[in-house]
Amino acid sequence: MIDENGQSPALVAGMVAVTKRDLLLAWKRPGDVMNSLLFFAIVSTLFPLAVGPSPEQLEFSGPGVLWVAALLAALLSLNSLFLTDYEDGSLDQMIVSPLPLPLLALGKTIAHWLTSGLPLVLVSPVLAITFRMHWSVTGVLMLTLMLGTISLSLVGSIGAALTVGLHRGTALLSLLILPLMMPVLIFGARTVSLAAAGDGVAAGTYFLAAYAMLALSLAPFATAAALRISNE
Amino acid sequence: MTAKLSGNDLTLFRGERCLFQHLQFALDPGELLILEGSNGSGKTSLLRAIVGMLELETGVIHWDGKPVRGQRQLFHSSLVWMAHRVGFKADLTLLENLRFEAALRPASNNDLDRILVRLGIDRLTRLPLRSLSAGQQRRVSLARMLLSDAPLWLMDEPFTNLDREGRDLVVKLVSEHVQVGGMCVIAAHQDVQIDAPTQKVRL
Repeated sequence: MIDENGQSPALVAGMVAVTKRDLLLAWKRPGDVMNSLLFFAIVSTLFPLAVGPSPEQLEFSGPGVLWVAALLAALLSLNSLFLTDYEDGSLDQMIVSPLPLPLLALGKTIAHWLTSGLPLVLVSPVLAITFRMHWSVTGVLMLTLMLGTISLSLVGSIGAALTVGLHRGTALLSLLILPLMMPVLIFGARTVSLAAAGDGVAAGTYFLAAYAMLALSLAPFATAAALRISNE
Repeated sequence: MTAKLSGNDLTLFRGERCLFQHLQFALDPGELLILEGSNGSGKTSLLRAIVGMLELETGVIHWDGKPVRGQRQLFHSSLVWMAHRVGFKADLTLLENLRFEAALRPASNNDLDRILVRLGIDRLTRLPLRSLSAGQQRRVSLARMLLSDAPLWLMDEPFTNLDREGRDLVVKLVSEHVQVGGMCVIAAHQDVQIDAPTQKVRL
């Protein structure tokens, strides 16, 4: 039995256990993580080859290209967020566990960000070099990408939960998620451009942080509700 | 007096098709409920409705005299469900899976070694679940039941894929569980002979 006072440690332990399990799974099958990283790297390195080596052009298009590539790369891995759990019955077991489903969904989302969003943030400085990005701008790029990928994992988990029961739900998932991510893309890429031009970046960063906080507080509940519907 | 677990006037539709209607059951501690029916008759759906995953057309499931809907967390902490699908990760080892299971259900029994020996899977702990046979995976699902101290066991076709010895083991585990005041709901398409106070619901 769960006693009234001892609830919160068990709750957090449950969430941490989900995150740990998914990280362990990602460790055993590194292909999924590498997939989105490779996609990000390939798109970002092909782009300079296509538009030509002119420094002005690269500096001008760099923030936008890196942001779009990162967003699409993170989106790639979103489809499988709940899919294997749905197929092998783990999702059923999570739903009938006494722990609140929003917390377990949040645990999975955290693991998703750690294996898809965070690696993108970490390799972005390397790719920024191909766009001749100044190191101070690279810092802004990493910060905004971090906030942006957090939002994407959280908002994306709602879409992944809604489409988990559908076969080939990837296209639908993108349609559901991308409109919600437009503000993040606009503010993220624009903030990096502003930093490159030497302007202030506080406003854009605050917006991205606020969006991430809003997603953090609402998305787990929406995801849990969506999982219950999809798993009927 | 109200039963511990009961359902009355249960009706369930899947699409246009009516799986069952006006079904009732009442189960008290120390009793066994067997859901009989051919393939596709709605046994699994009834189990899913009991745990609250499927929306019933009519009828309410009660636990302790109160609707399950209003006390989902309490109800879920009182049950373990052996579903048709194993519910463990094929890429993780038995131990890793069971460790996760223990975190998912904080009310867990700690005597893991004894349980694994009893189920005959104590030598498989370091193998990924993917490499176990279907019957061995079934035994791993049984470990989930034994690890928890929940009074209510829900079992969906527990005899599938098991050898004769395994089937006898399930019978023994269930009758032991019922004897100490537990409850068990078994969905099965073949005859089940378990020495315990038994009710049957035909679907």
